[in-house]
Amino acid sequence: MNEDDLDRVASRALARRRRLVISLRVAILVVVLGSWEISGRTGLVDPFFFAMPSTIAAKLLEWIREGTPQGSLLVQIAVTLEETVLGFLIGSVLGVLCGIVLGRNRLLADVFEIYIKVANAVPRVVLGSIFVIAFGLGMASKVALAVVMVFFVVFANAFQGVREADRAMIVNARILGASPFQVVVSVLIPSAMMWIRASLHVSFGFALVAAVVGEFLGSRQGIGLLIATEQGLFSAAGVFAAMIVLAAVALSADLLLTWIEHRLIPWPTRASGDGDV
Amino acid sequence: MRLDRHAAPQGAVTERAIELIKVSQRFVTPERRSRLALRDVDLVVRRGEFVALVGPTGCGKSTTLGLIAGLSRPSAGEVFALGAKVAGIDPRIGFVFQTDALFPWRTVLDNVAAGPRFRKMPEARALADARAWIARVGLDGFAEHYPHQLSGGMRKRAALAQTFINEPEILLMDEPFSALDVQTRSVMQDELLRLWSSSEASVVFVTHDLEEAIGLADRVYVLTAGPATVKAVHEIDLPRPRKISEVRYEPRFMELSRLLWSDLREGMRVEGSP
Repeated sequence: MNEDDLDRVASRALARRRRLVISLRVAILVVVLGSWEISGRTGLVDPFFFAMPSTIAAKLLEWIREGTPQGSLLVQIAVTLEETVLGFLIGSVLGVLCGIVLGRNRLLADVFEIYIKVANAVPRVVLGSIFVIAFGLGMASKVALAVVMVFFVVFANAFQGVREADRAMIVNARILGASPFQVVVSVLIPSAMMWIRASLHVSFGFALVAAVVGEFLGSRQGIGLLIATEQGLFSAAGVFAAMIVLAAVALSADLLLTWIEHRLIPWPTRASGDGDV
Repeated sequence: MRLDRHAAPQGAVTERAIELIKVSQRFVTPERRSRLALRDVDLVVRRGEFVALVGPTGCGKSTTLGLIAGLSRPSAGEVFALGAKVAGIDPRIGFVFQTDALFPWRTVLDNVAAGPRFRKMPEARALADARAWIARVGLDGFAEHYPHQLSGGMRKRAALAQTFINEPEILLMDEPFSALDVQTRSVMQDELLRLWSSSEASVVFVTHDLEEAIGLADRVYVLTAGPATVKAVHEIDLPRPRKISEVRYEPRFMELSRLLWSDLREGMRVEGSP
């Protein structure tokens, strides 16, 4: 056997393994969904409480074809996404700004430390109720909740990033001729970005949860409201269907985020960096 | 008296690049204790001279560099650089660090061009200069790489280019090669001598490696351990240009090595004694 043959054997073995993994994955899906369906149909599990894959699929199809009780499905997704993205952006920008300012200023950091700890300990989701009272059933209350949820995650990371920016790197920039402003722009912000980047996925997830919870608490549109409505109708299939829609939205948003982040920040993160700590 | 001191380096502008007069440095440790890092250190670096500071690790060598660079003020004594009392960061001083101080979010090209850009040089010239320096340190073809894509030696080359591009009159180096493997280190030492010989920079090179100090420097200051004091100063009369990998086997090198070792050992004994 020569090198080419060996290569061919190796690549064939790899392909075979890949096929095996994929078919096992499909098999698990079939088994789980199948036994769920069967136990529902045979009465082993009450489909009233736990629905069945077939009824969930039917519900989804119905929403796609005829729209949901509160309007077209796409509109619901768009509303929730808009709240999420707005809250995410505003919360991130505020978090980054505050993180950098407090990270730069020791006195401010020491003064605010206690309040930040307290604010972090408070279950912030509860604020959703306040926001619904204050800003009404519209989009503003959900965006506000998402902003609050996102802010603290991003803030904590930006703060950490600025505080832990490599001292040698800062000194290096200053000796190379950087003004204090240039140090902030070319050292502190990029090194905070390494930390912030790690928090983006988490904070986007928080924003989505905040939007949905906000809609739950009171709204006229959105996936959260859809879930609440279906719950009110005792439609388990509806709740599951809304869950699937939400999962699809979250997954595609996550993929998009990964794509954007590789575009914006091509250098490695702290975690995967070259380990000079 | 004060007037005299200010006048002295003035008259000797062409002669002395750096002068430390009876410098002591005290600082507060995180445990809130006051610790003396330097005691009555006198040091002179002539223009264009290569001076090495050797001493046990953590003896205050880096503190000395920080004082010359204007990163901190001495608790007592005076520090002069380029004919004036040091009062802050001077654009004519360059600094190469022990750790990687390259910006990981910038390519080699942008890292090397950082200095000229900070100094508001026109963009086209900054980039042209950066490319020239990248070539001069042997990093052709790596301009668009990020630091994490380079080996340790290549990162050091980039760091040298980043510093040399500003054409510093004083070059401070804080154990720049200590993290490299032995072979790479000696290659980088030769590289440094080559770059230095075509510049007019005065160098202060801090190291705990005696052979490195002897191989590179015109004069070696041997420091004692904490607080650092000057134990001895040795002229290194090895001919230049030197090749680090060869000079090491010359009898004069070994002689110097033995001489400095005994100084260094005595300096360390001070630290070891209770």
